[in-house]
Amino acid sequence: MDLEYSPEYQAFRDEVRTFLEDNKHKAPNQAAAIPGRPNSPKEWQQLLIEHGYAARTIPRQYGGYGAEPDILKTRIIAEEFARARVPPGHSGDNRLVPTVLELGTEEQKQWLVPPSVRGDMTWCQGYSEPGSGSDLASLSTKAELDGDEWVINGQKIWTSGAQNADMMFCLVRTEPDAPKHNGISYLVFSMDTPGIDVRPLVTMTGDAFFNEVFFTDARVPKDQIIGKRGEGWFVANTTLRYERGGLGDPNEAENRFNRIVDIMQRETVGGERLLDNPIYRDRLLKLQGRILAMKFNGMRVLSHNIKGEEPGLPRWIVKLNGCELNHQMAGLAIDVLGELGLLYDGSPYLRDGGFWQARYMLDLGLIIGGGTAQIQKNMIGERALGLPKEPKVADASA
Amino acid sequence: MDFALSDEQRMLQDSVAGYLESNCPLTRVRETAAAGDARADDVWQGLTDLGACAVLIDEDYGGVGLGLLEAALIAEAMGAVAAPVPYVASSVMAPVALAAAGSAEQKERWLPQIAAGQVVFGVAVTEQIGRRESDGVACADGALNGKAMFVLDGTGAARLIVAAADGSLHLVAAADAEVGRLKTIDRTRTVAEVVFNGAPAELLPGSANDREPLLRTIDAGRLALAADTLGAAQTMLDKAVAYAKERRQFNRVIGSFQAVKHMCAEMAAELEPCRSLVWYAAHAYAAIPEEGRLMACQAKAHLAEVGTFVARKSTEVHGGMGITDLLGLHYWFKRIGFNRQMLGAPELVREEAARTQGWA
Repeated sequence: MDLEYSPEYQAFRDEVRTFLEDNKHKAPNQAAAIPGRPNSPKEWQQLLIEHGYAARTIPRQYGGYGAEPDILKTRIIAEEFARARVPPGHSGDNRLVPTVLELGTEEQKQWLVPPSVRGDMTWCQGYSEPGSGSDLASLSTKAELDGDEWVINGQKIWTSGAQNADMMFCLVRTEPDAPKHNGISYLVFSMDTPGIDVRPLVTMTGDAFFNEVFFTDARVPKDQIIGKRGEGWFVANTTLRYERGGLGDPNEAENRFNRIVDIMQRETVGGERLLDNPIYRDRLLKLQGRILAMKFNGMRVLSHNIKGEEPGLPRWIVKLNGCELNHQMAGLAIDVLGELGLLYDGSPYLRDGGFWQARYMLDLGLIIGGGTAQIQKNMIGERALGLPKEPKVADASA
Repeated sequence: MDFALSDEQRMLQDSVAGYLESNCPLTRVRETAAAGDARADDVWQGLTDLGACAVLIDEDYGGVGLGLLEAALIAEAMGAVAAPVPYVASSVMAPVALAAAGSAEQKERWLPQIAAGQVVFGVAVTEQIGRRESDGVACADGALNGKAMFVLDGTGAARLIVAAADGSLHLVAAADAEVGRLKTIDRTRTVAEVVFNGAPAELLPGSANDREPLLRTIDAGRLALAADTLGAAQTMLDKAVAYAKERRQFNRVIGSFQAVKHMCAEMAAELEPCRSLVWYAAHAYAAIPEEGRLMACQAKAHLAEVGTFVARKSTEVHGGMGITDLLGLHYWFKRIGFNRQMLGAPELVREEAARTQGWA
């Protein structure tokens, strides 16, 4: 058990801290951020890239900072931003960019990565369909080659941010006769392509964070495919891996927990500080125990990663537990605020800009999105504990 | 930066776990429980030979000179087999109290004997955590008067370390007090009610005007109980998974039903992070003093909650067999229940965690 950072990393931490102290005032206001709305202005992103605090390991020729991958430095950056309660930058799109860097052609890298990293090219993910949710590989939106173009027909759903995105990375069926996992291709194209119709899907938050996207003879150049024809499922799994890493970030959980402590120290009910109410306090402490356990679990996973070891079970549980914890935190924040926690839509007396109200609803969506909690439990049960899969049903309509 | 056990720590845990697996199977636990003494002397002797009882004692006093993390790894191995031995009080709490507050003479006299397994200590600190049944011990003129409840590993101990009302710690010969066994659900450990009528007591001088030795003793005990629960709950999870892979109903092994598979996954998802929490808390105990108490409290409280969850779910996965004496799963179920209440139920311990952060 060695929790000490070597002098090199200690110096790096000091450097990040100094940067944050000097530049914190330029950061976008996190408290007012509404989930799903961009909260990293381009100037802030550019400043972070220049210092190596965003797009850190993306090569310089593609607009990143170009550092060698260093898991610990990445972690230190995340920890210090969380500690300073400053929103971190981004790496373009944490699903698309790593996938293109890993599997794209040189031309595709040049075309897609630099503007994504700058924030000039934003992305949406065209995966889920009305009939293909957890069973994603059954998707039926098809693309047929007509001369030098793919012609896309079908429908996507749960497409986050499609109404604002410049581009989509999308799974389509190109080989209808192949087994389901081998008939899919991964295309990238502009959302301005004729034949694409985006219809906002208003959710319980009142925002249209998700969309339905309809394709009617949408024509996309033939070379806008990442990986080979029919290999899209495997390309997509590269992407899903990155998304899962991002959804249950324990640093983010700690950051949010600290904000709830702030509320409970600042706010009162019946003249009594919220933190002085023993029942609210016990709920806070209970959550703290869970968050600490997941934080140290994250350190354990990190240590395995540094050594190039497969973490196994400690990694399998991160998405399930992380998303659940976030939802519970939002629930606690709302409960301690009581009636104030009901306020919405820019109402007077609204706290934290309605962050917790939106988060409570959105985090429930994140428990479902990116592999539902039930799919996560199947994976933990089958892959980590070795329990047998559900037998295949011979006749699915039975 | 490496958040992992060292090779030496892994070897230590493997050797204790391996010894217990061979020498303390469920049949041995049953025999001990049936005999009503909650101590398997042969197992205790074997553990002593391995150095498990001396892990926290300095080499100067014949011990192994390791830390709380190693002690926690051993406690985990004991929880895993529900070992009927007085480890928490005698091998963890008593050495901590003596090292923190004992005089040079007291250390020289008692620590080597504990290390060699020649004396077993009980520890009476419950009054300082949550008084019940008007217990309370007062010390005057070198003698104790009053009653201590829920004295951990108190039956069969030759010596007791007793916290008086003011937080000072005292050494007492069990023969000078009336020690009465309190039967609990857990027949693998003992607790006692001890009445003192002018029992001659020797103050641990470092505790005279300082509550810290008492608190450090409690922290260490809580960590050991948390680690014990970790081991016990892991066994319950492993048994549930093994049963779900083997038991067939409706022409399928029941582990292929999502209703059962998800219970197992939930247990794993709750329990696995606990391992990291116990490691961190045990490491922090000596290495990160400003976090030590908070982490000991949170480890104790969180393991109590997760342990209770796993104990219940594992029993359910086993169906009707889960509640039978034949299967014996209840030894772990009760062990986890015991660990939950002793040295502070989770609500009380979380309140202490709040105080350490200035929140209460």
